[in-house]
Formats: sequence, C-alpha cells, structure tokens
Amino acid sequence: MLGVVDVFSPTAPPRGARGLHRFANPGRFLRLAGRVLPWASGIGLLLAAIGLAWGLFVAPADWQQGDAVRIMYVHVPAAWLASAGYMALASASAVALVWRHPLADLAAVEIAPVGAGFTAICLITGSLWGKPMWGAFWVWDARLTSVLVLFFLYLGHIALTRAFDSPERGYRAGAILALVGVVNLPIIKFSVDWWNTLHQPASITLTGAPTMYLGMLWPLLFTALGASFIFVALVLARLSAAVMERRIRALLAARAEGT
Amino acid sequence: MTHLAYILPAYAVALLIPALFAGDAWRRLRRARARLLVLEGGRRR
Repeated sequence: MLGVVDVFSPTAPPRGARGLHRFANPGRFLRLAGRVLPWASGIGLLLAAIGLAWGLFVAPADWQQGDAVRIMYVHVPAAWLASAGYMALASASAVALVWRHPLADLAAVEIAPVGAGFTAICLITGSLWGKPMWGAFWVWDARLTSVLVLFFLYLGHIALTRAFDSPERGYRAGAILALVGVVNLPIIKFSVDWWNTLHQPASITLTGAPTMYLGMLWPLLFTALGASFIFVALVLARLSAAVMERRIRALLAARAEGT
Repeated sequence: MTHLAYILPAYAVALLIPALFAGDAWRRLRRARARLLVLEGGRRR
C-alpha cells in the first residue's frame, strides 16, 4: 500500500512497468505537464472556437431538424468524450491496480469529475435537442439510459474515492468500480443497434464512410478535436495540482514527524 | 435561426461547464504552487 510519503521515495518498479514509471517522478511529470498544458489548452480553444463558430453561423441547417441540428456540434463531442474519458479512467485504474503506478490513482481521481462534466453536457444538450425533435426532454431510450448510467458511474467513482479515511482504500475501491463499469461502454455504443431506439444510429464510424454532409462533418470534427484537447488540458492541470497537493501533504507529514 | 431557445442554452452549458473546471484547476494550481514554494523554501533554508 502506498503511503503519502512513500510516493516520493525511490522504489523499484515492477517488471514490465518501467516505461510507465519514468513518469512516476513527480518533478519529471510536472515539467512535462507544464510544457504540454499551454499547447493543449491553446490548440483546444482555437479548434473549438473555429468549430463552434463554423457550426453556429456557417454550416447549413438540416432539412428536417432545421437549426436544431447545430446542437450536434456540442452534443456529439461531449458524448464521445464521455465514453473516451471513462475508458481513460478505467485504464488509469487498471494501471493503478496492476502496476501500482503512483500517478495512476491520482489520474483516475482527476479524470472522473471532468468525465462527469462532459457526460452532463452530453445529457443536457441531448435533452435540449430532444424537446423540439421528439417532443420530450427525456425518454427512457436505451442510448439515453445507458449514458445516464455512465454519469452515475462517474458520480459513484467520485463519491467512492472520497468515502474512506485512508485515500489508498478509496482509490482501490474506485478502481474496481471503474473496471466493472467498463461493461457499460459497449452497451452505450451498440444500444442503437441492439434495441429499437428513438436515438439515431451512428453517422460516423471507423470502418465506413460518414453518412453526413461534409459541410456539417468538418465543423463537427473541429469541435470534437478541440474538445478532446480541452479535456486533456483540464485533466493535466488537475493532475498537476493533485501531484503538488500530495507533495505538500508529504512535506507537512515529514515536518510533523520531525517536531 | 429556428430553435434558438434550445440552441443558446445548449452552447451556454457546453461552454460553462469546461470553464468552471478550468477556473477550479487554475485556482488549485496557483494555491498549490504558492504553498509548495513556501514549504520547500522553508526546508532549504
């Protein structure tokens, strides 16, 4: 079990995890994050601003949905990042459980609120699109319900990691929840194929050509890429703060032991 | 533009939530940097 002070002591990493453990050094991580953060924030803001302006003012309205289709430019990137963020949370949890990487548990703790935020954006903007299109803010459709479950998984992780007196026990319980919750990701992805849903099937897939007009696809790709960079920047900033806060606790503990 | 009453709140939410996270992260970073500077400065003296 990793204590607060142990994190800063040089321990031999398990075999097979040495590459990952290069970034276990807080100083090295903070230097790297400090270099990446301004670029990720700048590129993310620029791409998102271009994509949003393009989607809002230049892209054509849909012949059926009218201008309500413009909600897609914020809804779809948030939906993709809700799932991708959970995959990142589960990956960090797996690394924390298997290799005991000292930054992986902190990464999981810091990814969860950002992922929950993007899932909330997805749910709220989806509701705002659903009202004029379906006549209801909410229906218990398989896609909507599975994304709501994803939101609760994020909230559960946030609550669980903070529910124990010992942070390490909280991290471990949260990691197990995150790994169990991965089962929800294919349900979200394939819900529109497995069940008869109101939610439309995917317009963009990795294997086939997009079924979307290019004038709508480009701004969507800009907002999606921009939102991805912003997500990474938010997690890096939170993780850098968490690393420094951990160091502060370690210094205070060492000082208390010395007195 | 049609459906403006739905489009504007959707964009507002999509901007507001990341902005809140960014503000919180920036505050945490600033506070932690300042605290660390004091603690490590004190340790080196």
